[in-house]
Amino acid sequence: MTTLSQPASNGALATAWARVWRSRRLVERNIMVYRHQWIIILSGVFEPIFYLVGIGLGLGAIISEVPLANGQVVPYAAFVAPALVATAAMNGAVFETIFNVFFKLNYAKTYDGVLATPMGITEIALGELLWALMRATLYAVAMFVIMFFMGLILSPLGVLMIPAALLVAAAFAAAGLAGTSFLRTVNDFDVPMGLIVMPMFLFSGTFFPIEVLPSWLVSVIQLTPLYHGISLIRGLSTGIVGFEQLLSLFYLVAFFAICLWIAMRQIERRLIK
Amino acid sequence: MSSQPSLVHARGLTKRYANGFTAVDGVDFDVRPGKAFGFLGPNGAGKTSTMRMIACSSPVTEGTLSVIGMDPRTQAREIKAKLGVVPQIDNLDTELSVRENLEMYARYFDIPREVASKRTDELLEFVQLDERAKDRVEPLSGGMKRRLTIARALINDPDLVILDEPTTGLDPQARHLLWERLYQLKRRGATLIITTHYMDEAEQLCDHLVVMDKAKIVAEGSPRQLIDDHATREVLELRFTDATRAALNGKLDGLADRIEELPDRHLLYTDNGEHTLEQVNQRQIPIESALVRRASMEDVFLRLTGRSLVE
Repeated sequence: MTTLSQPASNGALATAWARVWRSRRLVERNIMVYRHQWIIILSGVFEPIFYLVGIGLGLGAIISEVPLANGQVVPYAAFVAPALVATAAMNGAVFETIFNVFFKLNYAKTYDGVLATPMGITEIALGELLWALMRATLYAVAMFVIMFFMGLILSPLGVLMIPAALLVAAAFAAAGLAGTSFLRTVNDFDVPMGLIVMPMFLFSGTFFPIEVLPSWLVSVIQLTPLYHGISLIRGLSTGIVGFEQLLSLFYLVAFFAICLWIAMRQIERRLIK
Repeated sequence: MSSQPSLVHARGLTKRYANGFTAVDGVDFDVRPGKAFGFLGPNGAGKTSTMRMIACSSPVTEGTLSVIGMDPRTQAREIKAKLGVVPQIDNLDTELSVRENLEMYARYFDIPREVASKRTDELLEFVQLDERAKDRVEPLSGGMKRRLTIARALINDPDLVILDEPTTGLDPQARHLLWERLYQLKRRGATLIITTHYMDEAEQLCDHLVVMDKAKIVAEGSPRQLIDDHATREVLELRFTDATRAALNGKLDGLADRIEELPDRHLLYTDNGEHTLEQVNQRQIPIESALVRRASMEDVFLRLTGRSLVE
């Protein structure tokens, strides 16, 4: 039985891999576009640094120390910095998959042209995801390097912040793609940016431990992806890793898979008639 | 497939959209290699939907369709690798320059960088855009964008080029330049499928035409054959004063194979226009003006796809 089904499954696997591999062409296209506008990409590197200096160091001068869940006390800057790795990954991924993909999908009709070539929906969705991931990784790595030199990484486990940031970026890139594929007009941006991304950025335990908020709000926050991204990355940076971080890991993987599935389905619905 | 291999083979081809609208209703046709095949028809006749199914960008609802010997349902990527597509609305990459548009498109086809660069040079020259290579796409004129889209469709050296209304909205100069390029392509052995509602374009470029109306094929043949089958050799166009027109009732009967009454003139389909004109004069019907001309594809088109006819 296995011998009979082997060739077919091999063929399907080879086809799937060929599509994943071909998706790099869209990354190539985006690199070509940004070749003349690297400054746009670079500006995203500075944003978390500004937050780190402005809030981490500035407020840190007043607050100085923050107690973690297990009672351990860390300097305020070391509390904020890993959260900014997560938000940098989120912002990089979300901006790329929301604004740029929306423009290409609805106004420039870029994908209609691409679809006339051997590229398909899978290649387009994965290509955009991969590119957003690369952009987000750049931001996360930049933050990592700064944290390292400022002595804000408190544990050797901190090295794992980079793959963790990749996972956070992938989750948000997939969510961005899924969300964008439902947007119809430019005004539709206000809802995801103003009512989802912004409050998540402020209230996911980025700048203060969420326990200070009312318990019902804590429960709501614990359902959001950024909370889990921050929980995972801060755990690795401070070396306090437990069941909660494992839960966050699973949450992010599942969130990524579900969003990617929705994104592929919806983009296909938008482009193939 | 039949003995002579056809590049595109359609039987009972049907396209029904999610909203229930049937855009293409069971059409049969065969596109032979090396020929220019034209789809004629008014807006909404189903031309574009047919083209999109051939280009594998719209799924076939029912019927058989084979493109370059492959099935669009299962081998879309393999088919698309051998196609060149010029869509009705330009979808050039507005974030890239003229040159980059071609180079990047080549990359989607897995064409190596050096080959892509060389082919880009050749094609830019072919469509006379080499001087605009570094410009962005947006400021280009409509005709230039169209030429760039055609160059882009040729980047993979396709076996079959699909052009959906390639010259709509262009000025006469741009149209003639495009026709010339398309004619050159044909001479090199490329197979073309063209939709148009310009009759002169159809007559100039196409070896074989199908006329579509309301999702179905209503006539098929070479331009000459269609004129022979569906029109007479000549057409006599007559204009009358309003008073004469009102009193005309039936006076023209029997003078031509077919008489068509338009708001401003009468068309008399006949094999000898001068002779018919003489007969009109013999019946002492006062004419404001008269014109004898050869029947054209336009006459065929209007006859097949409608306008009130008086036979």
